[in-house]
Amino acid sequence: MNVQSNTYTFIYAVVMVIIVAVGLSLTSISLKNRQQSNIEKEKKQSILKSIGIECTRDQAVDLFSTYVKNVYAIDYQGQKIDGVDAFSLDLAVEQAKSDETQRYYPVFECENNGTKLNVFPVRGKGLWGPIWGFVALEGDFNTVYGVTFDHKSETPGLGAEITTADFQAQFVGKQIFNDLNEFVSILVKKPAQYNPNDLHEVQGFSGSTLTCNGLQDMLENSLKPYEKFFLSHQ
Amino acid sequence: MSKLSKLVTDPINLNNPITVQVLGICSALAVTVKLEPAVVMSLSVTFVIAFSNVIISLLRNTIPTRIRIIVQLVVIAFLVIIVDQFLKAFVYDVSKQLSVFVGLIITNCIIMGRLEAFALGNKPFPALLDGIGNGAGYGIILIIVAFFRELFGSGTIWGLQVIPQALYDAGYENNGLMILPPMALIVVGAIIWIQRGSFKSLQEK
Repeated sequence: MNVQSNTYTFIYAVVMVIIVAVGLSLTSISLKNRQQSNIEKEKKQSILKSIGIECTRDQAVDLFSTYVKNVYAIDYQGQKIDGVDAFSLDLAVEQAKSDETQRYYPVFECENNGTKLNVFPVRGKGLWGPIWGFVALEGDFNTVYGVTFDHKSETPGLGAEITTADFQAQFVGKQIFNDLNEFVSILVKKPAQYNPNDLHEVQGFSGSTLTCNGLQDMLENSLKPYEKFFLSHQ
Repeated sequence: MSKLSKLVTDPINLNNPITVQVLGICSALAVTVKLEPAVVMSLSVTFVIAFSNVIISLLRNTIPTRIRIIVQLVVIAFLVIIVDQFLKAFVYDVSKQLSVFVGLIITNCIIMGRLEAFALGNKPFPALLDGIGNGAGYGIILIIVAFFRELFGSGTIWGLQVIPQALYDAGYENNGLMILPPMALIVVGAIIWIQRGSFKSLQEK
């Protein structure tokens, strides 16, 4: 057979691609459950971290049921609704819904040492890919108790610094409503413009302006839908 | 036999892909902050390079010359995606630390280089040995670099504290520069310097 002929080359390429595609699909299907459970455990771990509980991924499952008292979903008007699996709500899917009235948002009610805390997921765009996280608010639905952030593909050493404990610690004690009770979210300022006494801003990183802007937009866009819910509980 | 064993030992020292051929530097700088990701990266690259070498070597007489680079890339990409899926399923934390660099194994020029230079013209068994040798040569440099960077940058080895607290109390501080990529380049440079100094055959006349 002529290995260099056009027909052979063409058939060779087609067969190769089909074999590879089948092989990859099989691998992906057979490992899916395990990967999914890792992602779920990590979600629980992040929620716990935002309320100040450090644990490994495997401990997270048990501790989650200890600390998280209730998980429910609210609609766009801040009303509690039934019949939605709140834990599995994917913010990416909800945010993509074109009809705002059809979006649902989860609320994680937690209790740590007798303090009632509520955790809210946030999700937005970094420079290279999605960024997401959890914001734990104190009982006044205004003061931040803790945050966790994560990212898919921000630059290590620059944008990826949003995952560091030092950065996240800045959010503790900040407030998302101003004195007039208007929703202002928390701004991520450049180091030069940062005012440490302002309750509504934290210090970003030089060299990571786009990730920091993304983080700021993420907080505003993801917490804004909860505004009515926050106000009705304050 | 000595010819076969040379296939494994040569790339570890005298024909090392990183320090002698200066290939695959990018990932050597990126994943060597800590020892654990460096070891996982080395194993992943060794796995990919050994198996792609064998597969290409088995197919070598059937591959049409005009699409041979594409065939090589498909084989490498296939293996890398499998590695990535396994890491996500079994060592999730490490897979997060390696993040984009697992995907970038595809573009690691050591692998393409071995396929072009060796697997296309040799039988599967020598190709396997060549793959293992080059993977090990790559890995050993990564592990040496990661060892020093973790020790001086974080004061730990494999996540365990080795520099005693008493030393910190006495004013010792971790070297922040070790964490950053430039220091990895300097460590690699130091390894090249020592290696060239000790082996005459590596020195240009």
